[in-house]
Amino acid sequence: MEVFVSQVFTGLSAGAVLLLIAVGLTLTFGQMGVINMAHGEFLMAGAYTAYVVNLVVGDAGLGLLVALPVGFLVGGLLGVVLEASVIRWMYHRPLDTLLVTYGVGLVLQQVARDVFGAPAKDVPSPSWLSGSVPVLGYDFPMARLFLLLLSVACLLAVLALLRRTALGRQVRATVENRDLAETVGISTRRTDRITFFLGSGLAGIAGVALTLLGSTGPTIGASYIVEAFLVVVVGGIGQLKGTVIAAFSIGVLQAFLEYATSGSIAKVVVFLAIVVFLQVRPQGIFAVRTRSLA
Amino acid sequence: MNSRTTRTITAAFSVAALAGALAGCGAKAGESADAAESCVETDGDTVKIGFLNSLSGTMAISETTVFKSLSMAAEEINADGGVLGKQLEIVSEDGQSEPTVFAEKATKLIDQDCVAAVFGGWTSSSRKAMLPVFEGKDALLFYPVQYEGLEASENIFYTGATTNQQIIPALDYLKDEKGIESIFLVGSDYVFPRTANAIIQAYAEEHGIEVLGEEYQPLGSTSFGTVVDKVKAAGADAVFNTLNGDSNVAFFKEYKGKGLTAESMPVVSVSIAEEEVPGVGVDNLVGQYTAWNYYQTLETPVNEEFVAAFKEANGAKAVTSDPMEAAYTSLHLWKGMVEKADSFDVDDVVAAADGVTFEAPEGTVTVNGENHHIAKTALIGQIREDGLIETVWSSDGPIEPDPFLEGYAWWEGE
Repeated sequence: MEVFVSQVFTGLSAGAVLLLIAVGLTLTFGQMGVINMAHGEFLMAGAYTAYVVNLVVGDAGLGLLVALPVGFLVGGLLGVVLEASVIRWMYHRPLDTLLVTYGVGLVLQQVARDVFGAPAKDVPSPSWLSGSVPVLGYDFPMARLFLLLLSVACLLAVLALLRRTALGRQVRATVENRDLAETVGISTRRTDRITFFLGSGLAGIAGVALTLLGSTGPTIGASYIVEAFLVVVVGGIGQLKGTVIAAFSIGVLQAFLEYATSGSIAKVVVFLAIVVFLQVRPQGIFAVRTRSLA
Repeated sequence: MNSRTTRTITAAFSVAALAGALAGCGAKAGESADAAESCVETDGDTVKIGFLNSLSGTMAISETTVFKSLSMAAEEINADGGVLGKQLEIVSEDGQSEPTVFAEKATKLIDQDCVAAVFGGWTSSSRKAMLPVFEGKDALLFYPVQYEGLEASENIFYTGATTNQQIIPALDYLKDEKGIESIFLVGSDYVFPRTANAIIQAYAEEHGIEVLGEEYQPLGSTSFGTVVDKVKAAGADAVFNTLNGDSNVAFFKEYKGKGLTAESMPVVSVSIAEEEVPGVGVDNLVGQYTAWNYYQTLETPVNEEFVAAFKEANGAKAVTSDPMEAAYTSLHLWKGMVEKADSFDVDDVVAAADGVTFEAPEGTVTVNGENHHIAKTALIGQIREDGLIETVWSSDGPIEPDPFLEGYAWWEGE
């Protein structure tokens, strides 16, 4: 029972990390069909933002709270710059965007290495996030609990935005049928840009949050990007509820397999399970019902 | 056929022809290099040596510092009159954290730049990739990092620790000084931790220490929730940590987050040096143990000079660490060998290697001519509040290198 509880929580918190990264990815990948490999580097930018903000503010707790919105802006602005300078020239060419954004990602990694130096940086955790809280007899690390809550908060914010605002309706209209959306007067260009800002901004937030778990180095984003894409694909492209289910199931599955076997084996089994799942349901857990004719 | 098609075809043919010609040149150059004994130029006032470190990619974190200390050693030697009266000319190449690139660049340094010796490499996979190159071309490599042992190439000098100078002394310390009866092994999933843990298992069996678990995570992994759950549930007296790189950060943050401390369950690490401590976060590491052969805090006159010189060249915040010191020492040892041999020729240098000593920052080191490793003193350190590491235990003088553990009856090979 104790093992069960501990692995459920470990899995949920691993899933929360994946979710935080994948939510932004679902937006950009889902709406625009852009495979943005530089998403991981926006995350890295967020992590370094946390580092810089922490140096400036000088207090770990305040630093984290300030870094979250600043990281959102930094990630978002990077995303807008990438969209305006590169990606908009290659909509409808998904393979090209994959290669180009991968290249942009490498450039950003090297920039980070040149600016901040090669060694990883440590962002001190606030004192109120160190230690753990007992939940059902399990010591849940505060940092992971915070991450879980943050990830759920981001998810709810995005959901509210999509369901309740005019912008959200425009985004959903563009996803479902781009041409028809344009004919009713929605500027899909503007919608694309805003979506990209939001998606990339969420990567920035994820980066800030990840400094609580690991180190801040130039390759921090690259290490998460593949798993985040898997979550998006398994969940069903452009589907937030699918992303949520996929992130937490992969997290929990991985945690239990890892307890029973080892880290490497668990990874292999999870990947295999995903491959088999996609054979059965290539469209993912949920499929978008597009109303486009193409 | 219109003119445009013709032009395209002509262009394609010219490119193909040109490529063929270039390939032919390459082959010829290669043949002549093999035919000649060595192309090392020693008639002038300078002699070339090669530095091969990853200045980009995931290993750049560690290898950049090795490059800096090698450069410092070269400058010192040059200021001091060079080697056999010749100034050192550095040819630096980036290994890009890719073993294949290491092999490629090593070939380039030997065949095209005609360097007298190459210094560098970090990961065991980079060394294993370069080994056939150096053996095939009969060239010299100086490798500055502690590693898993079980190797002794005629063409490589190993100036970092082998297992009987680092891992076994660390186990002796845990057994004799800490009185542990059980241990938990955590490592990255690649050759060094796997071999190290095989040795630890054999040691534990011989000395009645119970191994309560052996866990691996893929290299670079940052998810340690489950591993730390297992460590905590097992409740061992100590943890032996062979994780490499960024994984350490995630591991120690999780470790602290789940309420484990240096007092309740000490961790001995073999891949965390002064350079890595700030990245992992001093808060997460205070009081934990490390096993190395050098610490910045060593109070010897040679070391104080070394630290001061390094800080002057790289800023007051720069720290010195074991691999950097081993790299610095490797260049000085090569100088000693060349001067003893009175020749830059590889065979002469190798023949002269046995017994060459150097007053290194870590203390006196001596080359073992038979297995090409060096005698080093093992030091167990404890991480302090300021991020530096303090020696808490040291072996009785330098330990003779024994890469194949022939002197340990309990080791029967993998």
